[in-house]
Amino acid sequence: MSSDMNKDFEYLEHTADAKFRAYGKTLEEAFQNAALAMLNVMVDTSSVKNSSSVDIELTSPDLDSLLFDWLSEILFVFEVDEMVFGSVRVNELNICDEECSMSATLSGEAMDLSVHVFDTEVKAATYNDMRIEKTDDGWMIQATVDT
Amino acid sequence: MSQENESSVHDILTKVDDNTWEVPANFKPGMNVPGRIFVSKTLLDILEKETIDQVANVASLPGIQKYSMAMPDAHLGYGFSIGGVAAFDKHEGVISPGGVGFDINCGVRLIRSNLSEEDVRPKLPELLDALFEAIPSGVGSKSRRKVNDKELDDIFVHGVRWAVENGYGVKGDISHCESNGTMPGADPSKVSIKARKRGRPQIGTLGSGNHFLEVQYVDKIYDEEAAKAFGLKEGQITFMIHCGSRGAGHQICTDHLQVLSQASKKYKITLPDKQLACAPAESEEAQDYFKAMTCAANYAWVNRQVIMHWSREVFDSFFKEEFGDLGLDLVYDVAHNVAKLEKHTIDGEVKEVYVHRKGATRAFPAGHPEVPEDYRNIGQPVIIPGSMGTASYILKGCPAAMELTFGSACHGAGRVMSRKSAKHDLRGEEIQNELKAQGIIVRATQPSLIAEEAPEVYKSSSDVVDVVHNLGIATKVARVLPMGVVKG
Repeated sequence: MSSDMNKDFEYLEHTADAKFRAYGKTLEEAFQNAALAMLNVMVDTSSVKNSSSVDIELTSPDLDSLLFDWLSEILFVFEVDEMVFGSVRVNELNICDEECSMSATLSGEAMDLSVHVFDTEVKAATYNDMRIEKTDDGWMIQATVDT
Repeated sequence: MSQENESSVHDILTKVDDNTWEVPANFKPGMNVPGRIFVSKTLLDILEKETIDQVANVASLPGIQKYSMAMPDAHLGYGFSIGGVAAFDKHEGVISPGGVGFDINCGVRLIRSNLSEEDVRPKLPELLDALFEAIPSGVGSKSRRKVNDKELDDIFVHGVRWAVENGYGVKGDISHCESNGTMPGADPSKVSIKARKRGRPQIGTLGSGNHFLEVQYVDKIYDEEAAKAFGLKEGQITFMIHCGSRGAGHQICTDHLQVLSQASKKYKITLPDKQLACAPAESEEAQDYFKAMTCAANYAWVNRQVIMHWSREVFDSFFKEEFGDLGLDLVYDVAHNVAKLEKHTIDGEVKEVYVHRKGATRAFPAGHPEVPEDYRNIGQPVIIPGSMGTASYILKGCPAAMELTFGSACHGAGRVMSRKSAKHDLRGEEIQNELKAQGIIVRATQPSLIAEEAPEVYKSSSDVVDVVHNLGIATKVARVLPMGVVKG
């Protein structure tokens, strides 16, 4: 697998849903970019002011589950807290045999439909064709989200 | 379509008849049954190879009966293909959230009227503006009727009955919903706090993506007797609502997918795709999911019911003074993302099976006890929406559906172009203008959403419907054409 380290993420063809690959020198960075890839399906994250933040802590039984939980949690916070996020920081990510955990901070602002131009709604994260792979120069994450 | 893909699709499949293609059980290791893909030659030529892989993956799940199937609108999904149908033995089989999808009980309902096309056409732009105003739609939209936790429990358990008892509709609406708008066995204690938080503010909201409310007119009748029973005649105005269980359903699927993902390991079920996470049907994990899924299904029926109610109010405000009783009766409401425990005859024996329909409509024939009394002699109305600029069809379920597809038919036109390509290749404003030139008015929160759902991104609804008609699964009753569309 060759990865393109010049890009943070890129979108792949999928008939019904949104599929992407996200890259990072570290797994933390790849998780960060996977979140940005998903958020940019919904809204141009560069248009969002980062005036407030939300901390997220997650523990999951394995790395695939952690990625699924991570993307799912962002969608949950987006909908329930009515916030739009422009930047993502994964502070820590630990992989153990029995469980994986991470902590992260999402930055953004309150959703304002007169300001934020929404594109495609992401309904959910999926496990479909999910890949988390070590590459020559870091990590590659592939994921599909239901749109 | 590349030559390479076309030849590989044809190499894999064996022709059974003009509209039936078999995926041999030796196509992939682990398949328990063969696959059956119901498409015409024309639709086969645009079938993605990956869709066949997904049909084969489902065939490897434990306890699957007869065939892993794909309806004529089949296309690549996640886990199951869209248009996927599979039945699993009640005792030996599994239940899988991947066979239902995140938008649990996404479905469609059709409402008839006493109005004619001529009555509505002059007021159409204002009518659409008013509908767009009355029905919250798009990303982040919130309902005018936020419900509390007690009401949410009642919605989860009682479905459409809750809506009617609370003034959103009339008693006759209940029997014109699949399962009377309430699947039994819902258990709100299996629904997480997260799903509740998402569900409380969204009753009566359309959502986004391919969901819509469409004002239409009946342009053609194919089956006079059935059309009469469904209350449809040429030139008559109808409207259609397509949406599902919103955030509540998405979260319920997300939560239980995680549980079932671990359960698959516990029960040593080999999964060709992790999105097919499942557990033995009788296990606690599978039953907990099924009880929570039932809550979401009932929520979706309430959602469509409340949207219909508010739409009726808008129609009344426009036309009641002039035309009197508008006869805005619900023809029928069908689910197309759901799993149900049903009785089917398999190899001469009546068995209880969990039928998973992921982007497929139930199509029960005349005489079936689950077909409403009003239609019992005709067959269940099967509602197949087209894309924004194309025809939708009303069919009736037929006996061949019970023999061939566990009582199922297609659910729509089926995508051929991704949202990404659509937005790259098509301009929302241009499509809006093209449709306007054809007399179809579109209201949407974003022009890009019109591009994503443009007629070009879908298969031809008539090609898809012809397959189920020719197979005798469900036969054509009426065709309706769009006049105005409200999109999220």
